[in-house]
Formats: sequence, structure tokens, C-alpha cells
Amino acid sequence: MDFFQLLVSGIANGCVYGLIALGFVMIYKATEAVNFAQGDLMMLGAFVMIGFGNTDYMGLPFGVAIVLTLVVMGAVGYLIDRLLLRRVAGESQTAIIILTIALGFVMRFFAGLIWGHSPQSLENPLAGQELHLGGIALGMEDVAVILVTVALTVALFFFFGRTKLGLAMQAASQNQLAAYYMGIPVKRVQGFIWALSGVVAGIAGILFATKGSVDPTTGLIGIKAFAAAVIGGFGSLPGALLGGLVIGIIEPFASRYMPAGYSQIAPYALLLIVLVFRPSGLFSQLRNKKV
Amino acid sequence: MRVHFKTSYEQDIRFFEDRWTLFLYASLVILAFALPYLIDDFYLGEMTNVLIWAVAGLGLMLLTGHTGQASLGHAAFLAMGCYAYHILVKYGVTFIIAFPLAGIITGGLGMIIAIPALRLRGIYLAIATMAMSILVDDIIVLTAPWSGGVSGMFSDPLNLYWIQIDRWGTPVAFYYVVLIVIVLVTIGYANILRSPTGRSFVAVRDSEVSAQAMGVDIARTKMLSFALSCGVTGLAGALMGMFSGVFNNETFSVVISVQLLMMIVIGGLGSIHGAFFGAIVIGFLPQFLSISKGWVGDMIGGSAVAIPGLEFGVFGMILIAFILFEPAGIYGRWIKIRTWLELFPFYRKGMFKRQKSFLKTERLQ
Repeated sequence: MDFFQLLVSGIANGCVYGLIALGFVMIYKATEAVNFAQGDLMMLGAFVMIGFGNTDYMGLPFGVAIVLTLVVMGAVGYLIDRLLLRRVAGESQTAIIILTIALGFVMRFFAGLIWGHSPQSLENPLAGQELHLGGIALGMEDVAVILVTVALTVALFFFFGRTKLGLAMQAASQNQLAAYYMGIPVKRVQGFIWALSGVVAGIAGILFATKGSVDPTTGLIGIKAFAAAVIGGFGSLPGALLGGLVIGIIEPFASRYMPAGYSQIAPYALLLIVLVFRPSGLFSQLRNKKV
Repeated sequence: MRVHFKTSYEQDIRFFEDRWTLFLYASLVILAFALPYLIDDFYLGEMTNVLIWAVAGLGLMLLTGHTGQASLGHAAFLAMGCYAYHILVKYGVTFIIAFPLAGIITGGLGMIIAIPALRLRGIYLAIATMAMSILVDDIIVLTAPWSGGVSGMFSDPLNLYWIQIDRWGTPVAFYYVVLIVIVLVTIGYANILRSPTGRSFVAVRDSEVSAQAMGVDIARTKMLSFALSCGVTGLAGALMGMFSGVFNNETFSVVISVQLLMMIVIGGLGSIHGAFFGAIVIGFLPQFLSISKGWVGDMIGGSAVAIPGLEFGVFGMILIAFILFEPAGIYGRWIKIRTWLELFPFYRKGMFKRQKSFLKTERLQ
């Protein structure tokens, strides 16, 4: 039974990593840029939710707070693109990496300024409830996290693969100039994808805040989400979720069965192994670049 | 404007374009050597810190600025250099041997790490080096018998036979040690850049495909760049350990890696000057913030307020401003100002305009 408890908590954690990784992958798929601030965006989402929902702050009803949080996060994502990323279009990838890292610093600073540096958790109706399945007690938060993540991944997968807008996004990243010629409004498409990734970060933030406490440095788990995205193959949405699950499941088992000190190495060691032996990830989209 | 009509290859690879530039740099070096007589010990300590950061910046500049390989893991090499030097000293090796050896060991480790990293490019390399930087923290804890782990290591005074140098007791002597190191590193760096090796670095940065077509061995060049860059960074790490006096697994965190990369971007990627300008910004920003907080406090009439995380917030904003408005960094801006002055009144707005490029995916072609 112990095994299943570890597995479920690992899966739930992995789903949060997977959600952050989804944010990376979406932006990478559509704009070919990597958003190193995605973890901090999730942190911001969690704090906005706490700001709307908790009785210490505005104390709005739970459902209203969720809707408002997602709207705010969508707006934040759109503004990041409109004010920052659109101006550096065409710059080198290093410039964009550094820009988003700096953005993460700034977000951490403002979150600390507004909500303080002490850890806070979200008051939510699921807290403390358990689901009993044949002798295993599952926290309702964990169940909610898993369900929401799977639903979101499936929805995004079909959005990118089947809808006109999703295909336009892929086209815009694969060849910007050709996409312009085909009449795709590339700038508007990119603004939309950033707004969407803001919303996904908001959802990840809300789920994270229901599971544990949040402080301005929470965004650093974005690094583990990187590992997830790389293991899944940057550019594949189901791969991102799978990578998140791998990282999430490895963690509790490593800390259980490996000597102390070695366990926290496991996710990063796995990341390096994947990068060395299969740099394009498990669900590869990479092919050799021609001249 | 001074126009140079180059008539020979010898003239093309000269360190200094003309006597005037030679005079400027010579006076800068003389000023640097006279500095202990001009400022007090506190600011001399700050200056030493800036110079150490500049050594680290030179190390990363070689890899990122000139070979085009973005590394988010150079704090790992700082740590390796720092621990290599201090462990060697602990076993009785003298400074003269231990210090260069620390650089060589770090360079060798960097070269080994470069072998798998050669297959990665762009973001993948950045992520892999970042993961390595995180791992080093845990590895230091695991190798506690040598490295001291969480409780850290103390740096003994530097023993130069006739004199014991440490950062607090003899700040002037320590400043001179750092100054000599950075002068040697800078000369070596400038020398590499004008050699075929340095030119192949730049060729790899600008286009791997065309570099290969010109007969540059990409793998060998990248490995050499990694080795040199890590070696110099290792030297900076050893100096940093001596400067702080005590260090442990958290001293060289991934945040330092990020800070290093940001430093050379602010200074100006792809120039030796950039590493120095960036180090000045990094070194004096905390001082500047605490002074300006005092001013703001005086203006409001209250005491200075403490805002946790202010330093990183301001740093992030400066960096965003640079990437948006001056991607070439402080040195790039200086070049523009200098050209404006030299050409006055004929400077045109579009002189430094870069060609617009459109994005194409790296995945499907």
C-alpha cells in the first residue's frame, strides 16, 4: 500500500511539473523561444489566487476567484509578449533566455513586495478531504490535480493538432516569413499563445497552492519542469506531461529507497543522462538541420 | 576620425591600433597599479571584488561571447577551481603551483564535460549546464571529507614565501595579486583572439556550417573553448574563495551562474571590455543601492527602508532595459558614442542598425 501512496503523490507532483512544462512547450512550439520565467509565472498565479480567494485578502468565493485569476494571468501573459518579447523578435536565443530569466527575477521581487516573503497556502474547499479506494487514501487535492492536468493536456493537444488557430501557431514558428505570406497574423498569434500560457501557468499555480504553501521562490521548481520538458522532448505536449510524471514519480521513490544526499540528485542526473544519450527527448521532433 | 591603412598582416594583428590607444591602455594599467595610494581600504576591497568578477566574466565571455555557447553553469567551474585550489593548499602545495594547477584541473574537467555538451546547442546546452550547476551543490555535500560539505572550508592566508597575504590583513597585497592575475589573463585572452584559434572561435559562433566549410574542426574548437573558458573561471573561483575567506556548498549556487551570464550581457557580449564593464555594474550595484536607499530615506524624512530582494529586482530590470534598448551592452553603447564624437556632425541614425531576421524552427526543416 505504501507503494501506491508514494506513486499517487508522485503522480500529483509530476502533474504540476507537467503543467509548467506544458507552458514551456507551448511557447516553444509557437514562438521558438524558451520562457525561463514560466515557474515564476506559476508562482504569480498562485499568489494572485491567494490574493483573490483567501479571507486575509479579498475573500471572494472560490469559483469567482478562479475565473478572475485566470483572466489576470492571461492578461499578464499577453502583456509580457506585447511589451517585452515582441520587441526582441529576431534577436538571438541567448538574448531571449536572459530576458526571461531577468523577468523571473522581477516577478519574484514584485510578488515579495506585494504578498510578503513568508509561505502562504490557499484556503480551498478540497482541503482535508480524502478519497478511499480499496484501502488507499487519496487526498482530494491530488485527485483534482491529476484530473485537471490530464484534461488540459488532451485539450491543448487537440487544439494544436486540429484547430485552425493551433495549426497557425505551429506554422508561425516553423517559418515566420512564410506564415506572413500565407496571411497568418503572426504577431497576434504569438500574443494569443503567451496569454494562453499565462492561463496554463495560472491553473498550475492554483493547483500548486491547493497542495502546499507558496512563497516568492516557489518558481524555482520551474527548473524541474525544464527537466520534464527535455525528457519529453521539447515541442511535444503529451511528452511534457509524461516527462513531468517521470520526474514526479522518481522523486518520492528516490528519497525513499536511496541514501540521503543522493535522492535530490535523481531528477537532474536523469536530465543530464537524457541530454547526453537522447538530446531530442523521448518524443522527438528534432531532425537534422540543413544548411 | 583616425583612419588606419593596413599594409601588412603584422599590422592587422597588432594589439593596439596606434600609439594613442597604447597610451590609453598603458595609463589605465598604471592607474590600476597606483590605485591603493588613491582610495581607502574599503573601496580597494570592493575594487578587488570587481576585478575577481571580471576574471570570471572573461572566462565566460570566451565561451559565450566569442564561441557563442551560452552556459548557465559557470558557477560550477568557479566552485571546482575554488575547491581544487584550497584542497591543494590544504595538502601543502604552495600558491605558485596550486593556483595555476587549479586552473588546469578546472579546464580539464571542463573539457571532459564539454564532450557530451558538444552534441547540444542553444537552449539544450543552457539547460544542461544549468542542471550541472545544481548538481555541483549536491556533489560538494557528498564529498564532505575533502570539501567540508555544508560546514564549508576556510581559506588560509596566501603564502608567498616572504609574505603572508590575506584579504583582511593585507588588502593592498591581495589587490596586487588579483591585479597581476587579471592583467595576465587579459593579455592571454587578447593574444588568443588574434590567433587562428581565436578566429575559429568567432567563426563557430557566427555560423557552424560556414566554419566547417572553411576547415574549422567544430568539435575540437568547442572543446578548446570550453577548456580555456573553464580554466580561467577556475582561477576566478580560487580568487573568490580567498576573497570571501569561507565558503561552502551554497556559495556557488546556480544564481551566481545566472548572474555571471547577465553580467557579460550588460557589459557587452563579444568584447573583452564587456567583461570589465559588467563586473563594475555587478560589483558596485549593492553599494549604489544602499546609498540611494539612504537618499530616498532622507527625502521622505524617515529612516531607510529595508526591502528584501531589491537587489535582484533592480538587477532584473536593468537587464531587461539593456536587452530591449541596447542589446550590445555598455561597450556597444560606448562604441556608438565614440563614433558619434569622431564623425561629428556626420553620424547617421542607421549606422549600427542590424539586419532584420525572421524566425525559422530548429526542429523541422
